[in-house]
Parts: sequence; structure tokens; C-alpha cells
Amino acid sequence: MAEETTNPTPAETPAAPKAAPAAKPASPAPAGAAKAAPAAAAAKPAAAKPAGHAAPKGPPLATLTPELLQLQQQFGENVITPAPYVGVLVNDLSKLRDVMTYVRDQLGFDMLANATAVDYIKEGYIEVVYHPQRSKGGQPITLKVRVPRGNDPVAPTEVAVPSLTPIYAGAEFQEREIYDMYGVRFEGHPDLRRILTWEGFYGWPLRKDWHEPYYEGDTKPFDSRWPSGHHQLAEERVPWEDNVNYPPGFDPLNFNANPDAGLYDSMASGVPGLAVESNGHAPQPKGVGAAVPVLDRNYNNLADDEELRTDQIIVNMGPQHPSTHGVLRMVVKLDGEMVTDLKLVLGYLHRNHEKIGERNTWLHNIPYTDRLDYICGLANELGYVITVEKMMGIKPTERAEYLRVIMAELTRIESHFWAIGFLLNDLGAFYTPALYFITERDLILDLFEAVTGSRLMCNYMRFGGVSRDFTEAQIMQARELAFERIPRKIDELEQLLTDNEIIKARTIGVGYLPAERSINYSLTGPCLRAAGVPYDIRRVDPYSIYDRFDFEIPVFYGADVYDRYRVRVAEMRQSLRIVQQALNQLDQTKPGDIQAGKKAYNHRVPAGEAYGRVETPKGELGFYLVSDGGQNPYRYHVRSSSFINLNSLKEMTVGHKVADAVVILGSLDIVLGEVDR
Amino acid sequence: MAEPTNANAPEAFQNDPRVPDELKNNVFITSLDKIYNWGRKRSVWPMLFGLACCAIEMIATAASRHDLARFGWELMRASPRQADLMIVSGTVTKKMIPQIVRLYNQMPEPRYVIAMGACATAGGPFKEGYNVVSGVDKFIPVDVYITGCPPRPEALLHSFIKLQEKIEKQSLRNVPWYQKGEEDVVPVPVLGPDLVDLRRAQEIKEKAAQAAPAQEQPAA
Repeated sequence: MAEETTNPTPAETPAAPKAAPAAKPASPAPAGAAKAAPAAAAAKPAAAKPAGHAAPKGPPLATLTPELLQLQQQFGENVITPAPYVGVLVNDLSKLRDVMTYVRDQLGFDMLANATAVDYIKEGYIEVVYHPQRSKGGQPITLKVRVPRGNDPVAPTEVAVPSLTPIYAGAEFQEREIYDMYGVRFEGHPDLRRILTWEGFYGWPLRKDWHEPYYEGDTKPFDSRWPSGHHQLAEERVPWEDNVNYPPGFDPLNFNANPDAGLYDSMASGVPGLAVESNGHAPQPKGVGAAVPVLDRNYNNLADDEELRTDQIIVNMGPQHPSTHGVLRMVVKLDGEMVTDLKLVLGYLHRNHEKIGERNTWLHNIPYTDRLDYICGLANELGYVITVEKMMGIKPTERAEYLRVIMAELTRIESHFWAIGFLLNDLGAFYTPALYFITERDLILDLFEAVTGSRLMCNYMRFGGVSRDFTEAQIMQARELAFERIPRKIDELEQLLTDNEIIKARTIGVGYLPAERSINYSLTGPCLRAAGVPYDIRRVDPYSIYDRFDFEIPVFYGADVYDRYRVRVAEMRQSLRIVQQALNQLDQTKPGDIQAGKKAYNHRVPAGEAYGRVETPKGELGFYLVSDGGQNPYRYHVRSSSFINLNSLKEMTVGHKVADAVVILGSLDIVLGEVDR
Repeated sequence: MAEPTNANAPEAFQNDPRVPDELKNNVFITSLDKIYNWGRKRSVWPMLFGLACCAIEMIATAASRHDLARFGWELMRASPRQADLMIVSGTVTKKMIPQIVRLYNQMPEPRYVIAMGACATAGGPFKEGYNVVSGVDKFIPVDVYITGCPPRPEALLHSFIKLQEKIEKQSLRNVPWYQKGEEDVVPVPVLGPDLVDLRRAQEIKEKAAQAAPAQEQPAA
């Protein structure tokens, strides 16, 4: 492979030529590649590759799956080469869109699960990583492109990557995030602005040479934190004695601050991205959503129409607003009460999860994942630990598997209680339903607290197990909940709400987004299943021990707020079934056997990379982890379902009344901790 | 604080012939400070305003099990103009702090601030983050701090009781909102290359003009 892969367009991909003269152009090593020996043994060299892959060092190249082989045959071995560890490299940026169109249309990977980037500073490039997947199920594939990173900490990359937004609508926010964090420009992106930080922010935070003001070292544990270390307040390391950093010569009395630069412009000048059919109308929803009031005018031309002149106003909802479920900011353009355009401003809770995660040790990150989606912390932990376990090649004990499933499914019930309660809040049933559900939720949290010691931030899972076993009393407590109390309460919930006339009038046909669009927007979770796509990671790509349980994936076809509600109710019942089965099978496992191997503070994860995912109550939660063989993740990326689901909010909302915008947002069930991370 | 009772009514009042008999046992006499604070501490309206994980526990506090209404505090107002108390429930980010300061400035006096949890107090587990403010008290004055990540509902209730104690000790003679002069308004920080605290503008300018800060050192 190595010999044939002369780079076809050196000007386009200056990253590869660095290595091209050497024997192995396709695999410049991620940092720490020398430690890759154990992984090299595991991942045997790709059968597809011709002989000659006898490089003395460097990470092993990926074995190509049949889909990727087909891709390679289609585009040639110069364009598609195996990447280190996993997936393929697309060497020709100009062909990226062709490749992705082929991946979507011919190979059937119709959903861009994840897009992120990794800064390989030693090798001098930034790798953009895509994980397309099939909405029918199965493993995602991995495609990567490389752009030179440049050395200027504040300038964006010189080489732009073609934006995938025309192919996958779900790429919009993800590409903006990559731009925001790494400065990778995307050509053809409709609205490439910073998303989590603000316009004018100094530098690209996730680049390895960009240091936060309180920077102490690249990786924890910091020397100063050891018992003998010299402690120093973080503030003392910064000239401003605060968590800030300014470019040299910065003048705070004379500078141009415009954190919203481009936001209102992008709304004033037409409506980019809003599909308008040839007749000048917005697309008509079909099926159940036909009751939706639709745009019957083309608002772009409205100003020319003397008779129908109405003022459109732009209203900011949030970040402090009782209906935005946290610190989300929606900028809506209104014609009367009708929403004609919508933009989201995110990042008000951007807590730098990924930057901190790359400094932390592997174990350190578990409690942080609790704080991602703080309604369902235990489900997040499960996603992280199974991803790391995948890389470490360890398997948790039987009992730990059962405990994990019980906790994760109880979390789903608890989270759906919350989601439904606050959806009702948004509908105007102010607090009464929510209070009922919070009461039930508190009972589940009591169990969490008894077992883990905390109500919300449980910090329960460990690599290879869990931290504490259930006692007999706690098992009884769980049985009481799963067999007696919660089933009764779900019946009560349905009795009160499901056939309620007001709820039906307010929700049926509202927020309609058909299945094809939902998939294109990378929508996951209950919202996708409400559009008739039976996509649930527990079934399509089973993890843990979900293949042992008898449960169904509830699917509804209305693709509106009402069916999102019904999916959640049905899922709670299925989760209960799983918990009941797990509790029944729990006594077949050995009590106390909750940790495979011995407990460790420091884990060394073999060099490599993995994309692991679980079905949280909100959708697909993925972790893209890159290890250089050390104690810390080299790259720690969270594929957040709340964040990516928000891509589709605009299309769901435009054409509805502003009061419905609130309800549609409620039906997506976002949690800002996971949106902004 | 003891409830005002007529047992404290002075002798002179009891014997004053001008006071009708039927009033003598129905009049309570107390100091203005006491009656003022007694009323205020039982009708604090918090702002309906959540930032992060702690907001979930704040909602749980308001819900039936912990029942904030027992303290007369249940009426959460979404508008800062109608609120007396800001519960900063979660991580304060640089992007959010201009809004928080603006909301604080919009609250009428008397106003109070509770910093709920480790993040609002000092940055918490996210302190080292580049977008995190190390405690909301860098910008607005805080009355009560609560530990915990997140604090349990009971801890939040405890902070309310502490705040009630604080309110009780205030006196009309020296509370800031009856003093002459300009109202104390916190300047809203600005988002430039990083968060700019305008109160420290001169200092920032001087230090930025000096040698390149740590940020500029090349990667290891």
C-alpha cells in the first residue's frame, strides 16, 4: 500500500507529503505511536493491502471492511487509503463530497453520526473524522481527511475542507463546532461562525498548542498535586490573576466587541437553508402532519409585495427564559406570531468538557460525564466506560453488567418522566404534571443515592465494573419500584395525558419532520423513532448485555410532538420490562463480584482510537476517543445527541406560531449540559 | 426572632386613657426594623433562572417533597424586575456572565444572591476551563454560598434559612437601598478576545502591554 500511495494532489493535502517520501505515507503516527506495539498485534494488517506494509514502526493500518473496500475500488487506491487503526483516509479533498455522496447513496450510510477533528500537532495536521452510519443499523464507518494545521494560534487553517452540509444536513452544527475548536474552515458552509465560544474569541481552544489561562501542564496528574508537590493557586500563574488571557498589546478601552457578529446579518439577508419549492412556497408537510399551518407566502419576496407588507421582527428568547430548558438562546424572526426564521446561539454553558477531558486521566473523566447530560448521568457513564473498555479489551463481570443495565434503564425512566413533565409545562400545564413526575423521579433518585451516594452525579461505573454492589435492601427497593410503583404511575400518566383533548390539539401535527429529513439531520433518540425509524442503538448495534432481554423498540409514525410524547411513554414501559428481567436474573450472578480485575487509579489504554456509543434517553451518545498509549486521552470527543438534534429545530419550527416553537423545543428534550458541553 | 406580642407592650400604653379598651389587647408593638424584616424574609421571590445541573436540584427543591412553599418563597418569577433573589445555580461561563450581571442590575433592591454549588462559588470541577468564570462573586456580590456538586435540596433549604437570618439582621438605618446617592450598578463585562471586566480595564491594558503572557509560549 505504502509504495503505491503517492499523493495525487500535493497542493490539496499538504499534510500527507510530509510522510510521502518515507516508506509509509498513509500513516503518520499519532503521538505516542511507538507504544502501539500491543495494538499492532491485535489489529492485523489489512488483508486488502498489498505486501510492503513492513514498516518497522508506526501505528497499524486499519483492516478495511467490505464497504470501505467497495469505496476504495470506486475511487481508487490513491484517493482512499487505510488510516491508522480505524477507517480510511480520503486523500483528495476535492473528492470528499463525491466520496460522501457515494457513501450516502450507494453504500446506504444515510446519517452522519459524528464529525469531529483531532489535532496531531507533532505531525503538523488536523484530522477531520467523519462517522457515517446507516439508519438501518450496524456499525458506523470512519472516514478521515487531513489539513495542515499551521502554526499561528489565531489564524484558521489555510486549506478549507469542503462542507458536507449539502449531503448531510446534520453536519451543520458539527462543522461549526470543529471550526470553533480547531479553526478548520469549511468551504460552502451556509453559516460558518463560532458556535460554542463567541465571535472574536482569541485562538482555537482545542488545538494542542493553545493553552487555557490556568494551564499547568498537558496532562494530569500535575506534579504540583502530589503530596510532596508545590501547590500554587491557578490565579498566580496568570498575570491578570483571573481566568482570562488577552493577546499582547490588547487595549480593553478601545476594541471592537461584537460577539454576535454575523448572527443578525444571516437572518436579515434571506433565509439560508430554508428549502423553498419551485412555486415559491415552503414544502408542504404530508401525512399526519398535514394539519400543520404552513408557510403560504414566500417571505423572501414579501417586501416587494406592496399590499401585504408586514413587519417582521427579530426576538431573542433566552438565554434566560423560562421555556428554553436552560441557557439556550433562540433568535426567532416573527411575522405576527408566525416564526419565519430561527437561529440558535449556543455555548452559554460551554464548560470546556473536552479540553478538560484531554488533560484528565482516563478515570478522571467518569465523574465529568455525569455532568454532560445531568438528567441522566448514569447513562453517560455507561457510554464512556464501554468505549474505554473497548479500547482496553476488558470485559466487566456479569453482575456489573446487570447493575449497569438496571441503572441505565432506571435513568431512562427518570429522564422521560422529567421530559414529559416539562413538555407539559411548555404546553401551559404549568407545573402540576411536572410535580407528579418529579415525585416519582425522586423515588428513583433515592435508589441511586442509596447505591452510589449521590442523587444526580453518581460516579458509579468503573472500567470493568461498577463501584458498589446492591445490597439486599436495595434490590428490594428496586423491585418495589420496577414491579409495583412505576408501572402504576405510568398507567396513571397515560390516563391523564394521552387522550387529553388539549394536549392532542396542541401537539398533533406540530413540529413535523418526516423520516428522511430526520435521518438527514442526524436526529436520534425518541424523536427519530417518533418519525417511524426504529433506530435504537440497543438494538441496531447492541452493547453491554441488551441482547439478552426481551424488549421492543417503540415506533410511531406521526413525526410530531404528540408521537414524541407517546414514544417516550412506550419506552418507559419497555425500560421497565428490561429492569424487571434484569432484577429477576440478578440472583444468578455472584454478589460482590462487581469489578473485573483489580481496582486501579491509573489505567493505560493501548494506543488506538474508538468510537463507542450508547442509547441515552436523548438519543445516541457517542464517545470518540484517541489514545496515545498514555494515562490520558489524546482526544476526547463527545458526540452529543442533544446538540446534534438541535440542527433540525429550525426546519421543525418555521411556519409555526411562536408558542409552538417552545413546545417543539420541549419535545426535542435537550439538556444544555450536553448541548454545550 | 421572636414573634412580636403584646406582652412587650409598654406599661404606658396599657394605661393610656386615650387608647380604647378593645384595642389594648390587639395591638402589637415592635420596632420598625423587626416588622419590616419579618415580612421581607418570608416573601422572597427567587428568579426563575437556572444555569446547569444545580438548577435540577433547585427544581427538585421547589417540588412537592422538599416544598419551598413552606418558606413563602415558592413564587419564582421569570422577570428580574419582580424578583428579590437570584439563585446562581450552576457553572457561570464567560459567555453567560454578561447576561447574569445584566439581570442582577435589573433586579430592584433589596436583592440577594445565593451561589449554589461549587461552580457558582469558585468554578468547581470546571474551574480550569477557558470559558468558565471562577465564581460568580468575581462580578456580583454573593450573600450565601452553598457547597456541593450539586448541593442536595436540603442544602439549598439551609441556605434559605441562612439568608433569612441575614435579612433579619439588616436595619433600615443602613441598608444600601435607602441611602442617598447613585445606585450601585455593576458594569456589564464585555466579550472581546476574552472576557473583559471593564472595572479593571486600565490594569488589563498595562499588563497586556508588557511581555507576552503565558499563552504565547510555543507548544512543548
